[in-house]
Amino acid sequence: MFRFLVRRVIGAMVILLIISAITFWLFYAVPRDPAMMSCGKNCTPEALAQIRSNLGIDKPIPVQFWEWLQGAFMGREYAGYGHCDAPCLGYSFANREPVFGTIMDRLPLTLSLAFGAALVFLVLGVGAGMIAALKQGKFLDKFASSASLFGSSLQIYFVGYIAMYFLVSKMGVLDQPSYTPLTENPGAWFSGLLLPWLVLAIIFTANYTRMTRSQLVEQLSEDYVRTARAKGLSQANVFFRFAWRGAMGPIVTVFGIDLGTLIGGAMITEATFSLQGIGRLAVASVNQSDLPMLMGVTVLAAGAIVFFNIIVDAVYALIDPRIRLA
Amino acid sequence: MTSTDQQPFLSVRDLKVHFSTEDGIVKAVDGLSFDVEKGKTLGIVGESGSGKSVTNLTILGLHDRDRTAIDGEILLDGKELLTATERELERLRGNKMAMIFQDALASLSPFHTIGKQIGETYRKHTGASKKEARARAIEMLRRVGIPQPDMRVDDYPHQFSGGMRQRAMIAMALVCDPELLIADEPTTALDVTVQAQIMDLLKDLQREFGTAIVFITHDLGVIADVADDVLVMYGGRCVERGTKKEVLRAPQHPYTLGLMSSMPSLDGPVDVPLSPIPGSPPSLLNPPSGCRFHPRCTFAEKVAGGLCSSERPALEVVAGRGSACHLSIGQRQEFFADFAASRH
Amino acid sequence: MSNAKPLLNVSGLTKHFPVKGGFPIRRTVGAVQAVDGLDFQVGEGESLGLVGESGCGKSTTGRLITRLLEPTGGKIEYRGQDITHAGRAQLAPIRSEIQMIFQDPYASLNPRQTVGKIVSGPMEINDINPAGGREARVRELLEIVGLNPEHFNRFPHEFSGGQRQRIGVARALALNPKLIVADEPVSALDVSIQAQVVNLLQKVQQELGIAFVFIAHDLAIVRHFSQRVAVMYLGKIMEIADRDDLYNNPRHPYTRALLSAVPEVTVDDIPRERIRLQGDVPSPINPPSGCRFRTRCWKATDKCASEAPPLVEVEGNKPGHLTACHYPETADSVPAPRLSKDPQAAA
Repeated sequence: MFRFLVRRVIGAMVILLIISAITFWLFYAVPRDPAMMSCGKNCTPEALAQIRSNLGIDKPIPVQFWEWLQGAFMGREYAGYGHCDAPCLGYSFANREPVFGTIMDRLPLTLSLAFGAALVFLVLGVGAGMIAALKQGKFLDKFASSASLFGSSLQIYFVGYIAMYFLVSKMGVLDQPSYTPLTENPGAWFSGLLLPWLVLAIIFTANYTRMTRSQLVEQLSEDYVRTARAKGLSQANVFFRFAWRGAMGPIVTVFGIDLGTLIGGAMITEATFSLQGIGRLAVASVNQSDLPMLMGVTVLAAGAIVFFNIIVDAVYALIDPRIRLA
Repeated sequence: MTSTDQQPFLSVRDLKVHFSTEDGIVKAVDGLSFDVEKGKTLGIVGESGSGKSVTNLTILGLHDRDRTAIDGEILLDGKELLTATERELERLRGNKMAMIFQDALASLSPFHTIGKQIGETYRKHTGASKKEARARAIEMLRRVGIPQPDMRVDDYPHQFSGGMRQRAMIAMALVCDPELLIADEPTTALDVTVQAQIMDLLKDLQREFGTAIVFITHDLGVIADVADDVLVMYGGRCVERGTKKEVLRAPQHPYTLGLMSSMPSLDGPVDVPLSPIPGSPPSLLNPPSGCRFHPRCTFAEKVAGGLCSSERPALEVVAGRGSACHLSIGQRQEFFADFAASRH
Repeated sequence: MSNAKPLLNVSGLTKHFPVKGGFPIRRTVGAVQAVDGLDFQVGEGESLGLVGESGCGKSTTGRLITRLLEPTGGKIEYRGQDITHAGRAQLAPIRSEIQMIFQDPYASLNPRQTVGKIVSGPMEINDINPAGGREARVRELLEIVGLNPEHFNRFPHEFSGGQRQRIGVARALALNPKLIVADEPVSALDVSIQAQVVNLLQKVQQELGIAFVFIAHDLAIVRHFSQRVAVMYLGKIMEIADRDDLYNNPRHPYTRALLSAVPEVTVDDIPRERIRLQGDVPSPINPPSGCRFRTRCWKATDKCASEAPPLVEVEGNKPGHLTACHYPETADSVPAPRLSKDPQAAA
């Protein structure tokens, strides 16, 4: 396991390096000048050159990328800001705030959104899938299957606005989505995020219901499940310790991918509920040609996906002893 | 064979198992009766779709209850199993009756160690502690001939070789000293040298514990080695039964005869073609009328009045010996003579 | 071999599959020695049986001959031409002459193609247009293998297992092959169907003069089908001989043990000789030194561990009967003891 983790972490670093290089290059592949954004109305060529020099974008692109990397690992000196400790992702072109600090401010919201929703849809989806698998072909199975088909065809911006209109504005059952740090006021944190959690869950649950059902149905017909029954073990024991154990692998895999995506790419969700998380930061950085912020957000998103991938593989090996990590 | 003063340990009477599928009703077992005594082995021979495996899953109550219609009687030590509750069956399975399956790799849980899988059966039925169950698992592994059982007990099935997995499965089935063991093609997936080891092991264990064994196989050679009595199934019905010697030396049913003549042997003539049974095994969705073997039977036209295709032949059993065929005894003696000559 | 020029000449054929491992950089740390130095020939129209237990390398050998796998070492000559490492273009004309029949009649036929398409596939790929057209040829082939020629428009799922195997045979015959490698062609079939397919293959072999490499674990079926038989164990040939020599006068202890383990449909009052081998076949990653069978052999000595016995005509063998053993069996040699059941006592 240790060897596996070391190898995978090294691999992840390489992937992140490649992704950040590609992002850097893509940013400049489109003709644009971040300096124009800060130059204002009465822009002179001299002022523009000065801004370019201040932002450090007058240097060749490879040098810029090298400096960015240096900052990330060792810290760097910034004209006008002084020393910036590692991990230094630079300062935003748009508002001059440090990128790392901004991301750290926004991250708790995105994490709360992702993990809260994940908990809800995992419990609901897997639960419904288990019931459907147990009651194969009966009413509950058919109901869960059709409900999940309906749910998986919904989109967040559609369900989100409808839910806000009815549940918040019309009936006032739930609070307007907002973010209060958990450490500050747990009650407000919960009530402010409840609606986004539920809406996200509606959309994701469906997938987990279908997956859990089909995995369990497959596992329940496996020979080793029959053997467990032939030994005299009870149905519940066989269901949870044998069939469910076998069904978990693919579910964990998809769950890992979903978590990574939720953390790295919650743009639409955050926009729908007017929450200021990483997703909206990413959108804003693209619109404002804010290279340092864009780099920071991209590395975070890619890092989340790569991280959960490693976790998934490790968990998979814990579930199934036949898988040898190397 | 069946002595009058002793009741058979397992008694199956007129068993019918019908499944409903999307395409219609499958008559997997259609009126089957047999007995097994303690310390004896009944070999059930049949090809795919003969109903042999379904019969045995039904004995353990492992069939899909929602989709199966069952009729008849299954008595284990005098207790009716078909009307038993799931709870009662759970107490019997793995305890009084146990089963070993063909594909040991697929039939053992890949997620649990061998020791745990053997031990949990023991704990379930005896209430033993984890420690006792582990000691028992080691003892069982030793008994079935696994070297270094105290180390191998913590291995997972994929770390065992094919022959060792089948041994481990036998250890698991025998951990509570069951009185009835159902072995469904237990050696089919194994190499011949390992198959021989496993058959020896089963025979030794039977001698030691007096277990009643139902041994299901498609291989008449295996039957000749392990069985006391033989039951030949075709299309969900018993076509012939008797002691091993009776059936293998002087088969009374054209299907049994056909099976035996179609198999090449290690000392028979080689430069003549084999004598296969024409056609393929029947579909149990639309089984042939009358005798289910009649479309493939070379003797069907010798029976007057098209009886073979219109009427199900009765299975008349005298002292454990019987066959279900419309041919008269005289006809059989005449037609099967060539075969009998080649066997002696 | 009496033929001056065999159809297929295999010498020193070796296939090792690499085993990856190591840290932190993964590299090849060992090899599964699936096939290790095989020598044999197959004459025109001859049928060679390859028998052995699982893991002995018989299927790998079949795949090497048909060049579905790339050999690690050794030489394969087909009609005098070296095809060991031949490329696609060089193999093209030979591929039509060497065909294969597979074990699983369900997995080896494309379920979305009609029988006609499956059987004519080899003709299309090789751009062969027989006189009278491909469809007529397909009908003829279906007739040869005992299927209704009118069924060429049906799909594989409409046929039973035995009939599907016939389709596989028809496909193999489509290009008039000189050599067919049949890998366990009947072991997935019901007993009553096996004989049908064995008879069909035998008819094809005799009437069309096709040479066969017949790979199987069933010794009785191999005996019925083959003129010569090679017994393999852990990637090596233990013994190779004409059929009657091998079955009536086995010289290698493994051959003798294998033959004695076959359950036979006989109810004898005097039990047959039975040799019970202990344990399982060792791992091909770390095969035993010297003779690979020595760990399960009741005759093994130090010499067996240090010196690999060559595959030669040992004393008392008929010409062409080769045995790789330091202590070959003789007709009157004492049968192996019925070894004890406790493997620890035997160790």
